Amino acid sequence: MEPVVRIASRTVVLPADNVDTDQIIPARFLTGTRRDGLGASLFADWRRDGAGELRADFPLNRPEAAGARILVAGANFGCGSSREHAPWALTDYGFAAVVSPSIADIFKGNAVRNGLVPVEIEPAAHRELVSRPGAEIVIDVETGTVSLPDGGSARFDLPPFARRCLLTGRGPLDFLLEQEAAILRHEQGKDDRAETP
Amino acid sequence: MGPPRTLFDKIWDAHEAVPAGPDHPAVIYVDTHLIHEVTSPQAFALLRERGLRVRRPDRTWATVDHSIPTRFVEGRPAFLNRATRNQVETLERNCGEHGIPLFRMGDPGQGIVHVIGPELGLTQPGRTIVCGDSHTSTHGAFGAWAFGIGTTEVAQVLATQCLLQERPRTLGIEISGRLGAGVSAKDLILGVIRRFGVAAGRGHVIEYRGAAVRALDMEARMTLCNMSIEAGARAGLIAPDETTFAYLEGKEHVPSGDGFAGLVARWSRLPTDEGAAFDRVLSFDAGSLEPMVTWGTNPGMSCGISEAVPAPADAEERAALDYMGIEAGRPLLGRPADVVFIGSCTNARISDLRAAARVLAGRRTNPATQLLVVPGSAQVRRQAEAEGLDEVFRSAGAEWRAPGCSMCIAMNGDRLSPKELAVSTSNRNFEGRQGPGGRTVLASPVTAAASALAGAVADPRPFLQD
Ligand code: SF4
Repeated sequence: MEPVVRIASRTVVLPADNVDTDQIIPARFLTGTRRDGLGASLFADWRRDGAGELRADFPLNRPEAAGARILVAGANFGCGSSREHAPWALTDYGFAAVVSPSIADIFKGNAVRNGLVPVEIEPAAHRELVSRPGAEIVIDVETGTVSLPDGGSARFDLPPFARRCLLTGRGPLDFLLEQEAAILRHEQGKDDRAETP
Repeated sequence: MGPPRTLFDKIWDAHEAVPAGPDHPAVIYVDTHLIHEVTSPQAFALLRERGLRVRRPDRTWATVDHSIPTRFVEGRPAFLNRATRNQVETLERNCGEHGIPLFRMGDPGQGIVHVIGPELGLTQPGRTIVCGDSHTSTHGAFGAWAFGIGTTEVAQVLATQCLLQERPRTLGIEISGRLGAGVSAKDLILGVIRRFGVAAGRGHVIEYRGAAVRALDMEARMTLCNMSIEAGARAGLIAPDETTFAYLEGKEHVPSGDGFAGLVARWSRLPTDEGAAFDRVLSFDAGSLEPMVTWGTNPGMSCGISEAVPAPADAEERAALDYMGIEAGRPLLGRPADVVFIGSCTNARISDLRAAARVLAGRRTNPATQLLVVPGSAQVRRQAEAEGLDEVFRSAGAEWRAPGCSMCIAMNGDRLSPKELAVSTSNRNFEGRQGPGGRTVLASPVTAAASALAGAVADPRPFLQD
């Protein structure tokens, strides 16, 4: 995982609320056994029509969206299934951050573990971003701030551990592997206790 | 005696291998890890990249369910394509390499991961259970803390048997009243989600409490906990009681005799103590519910079967009605159904099939409607066949399939065509969930069965009067 400190990019705005992981990547694209290559199937049923042609009016397909690394999404983004293919598809497509008034729990965790920054901001700041698609903004992971197109800025919170993972590129697996002694102690105590209080 | 604790607090406390520190969440030990073919291959690949082994293959169980075919052609499974077959073969290789027990297609223990855990007795009160699948919440019906994880977390659990967890808040949902005739746990959870919304449980673990919950059998409790995730919560719990113990006694992985008595004594200490506080409490009356159906594209967009579909409150609801081709202002009753799907980890246990069979017995489905009955596991299938339910389904005109997720997720080729409408006993009515452009009406098994007979969304209650 590469460290992520600061993201400066134009935005793409997808304002719908409750965008679930079945929309981010439909289940029929989950038949692979690899993490890469899923960007092509991101929002597949919205990006393409029944004949497989790109829909010109879908925000990601507009010419000005090319190369944008920040997705401004509606509330409760990433709800639904726990599939990690959702953040894989977003990062493989080129996104580095998702900005929303609220992001679904499981998705948020999956995002951090894959270096995709989940940015939850106040509704007023979010409205400002939604009203200005294509704005150039900067997300600073270290300070937890987003610069807004009107010159202001918004704060976002990350649990300290998630922030550290993003900033260092060292994930939870590295941390857990260092806890071997404690895990062993717990296991020895617990296998006698048969896991109940 | 310490301060009073909730069921969740007790499970958390017993599994905290390392408490949370200022810069890291708590390390939580996982008792039981369930894996399947779709969300595990990349986890094993991660292990390989880092030269790691599976720490506790004896606490890990694998099954195939999500992308496998439920049809056989000339005795051979009819895989949709090479990719789905490759997922199954990859799981077989990974399990072989790491010594993980695997239920293959055709094995007596195979089935949907959330159906087989309880059946085998792997799901026990007080345990922590995880799986790379969000409906892991199902196992909470036993008073286990069970939740879905992503694939990177699957790798963490494989390698360390642990996960990092922020402590969730607790939400008590008090459910009073009694379910009416023809109204089931599925209608109850759809009613709860409609009332409190698809984000009500965000950041919380739900504990379902109250007389209406105590009255449910284990399979109904599983249906209730299954859709906690649709209410926004990663886990839903029900305190273990005599109903739980009776279900577990004699199951393959549950000790018998004194061992069982000892477990029951420990399990009996799990329920939430008198005076323990939840972070939030909601209450719901089950007595006023009628059979529920969804009219939109998230599980909160539902109404009672005889109720008019409400006028859209916002753009999202308008878009949903538009996608579904449904008009507000009148009931869904009579809306033609192309497909009826009875299956999934929500409603494909033996009691669900019995309920559906009661509606279908001696009747024929509408010829315009395809009825697919997909048992949740090989064990459910055997039991149904022993009771002659398969004959009831076949004579009614249904297809009786092999166990798997099938049209719940439509990865295996069982899927809707664009604009086709299915009355489905599964748990998600998202756009395209059952096939691109497909339309899903979520309902209970009896509502689904009645709809297959009518060829349209139908009220099950008239079919249940003997
Ligand atoms: S039946 Fe559906 S919801 Fe349940 S595990 Fe399978 S795909 Fe997931």
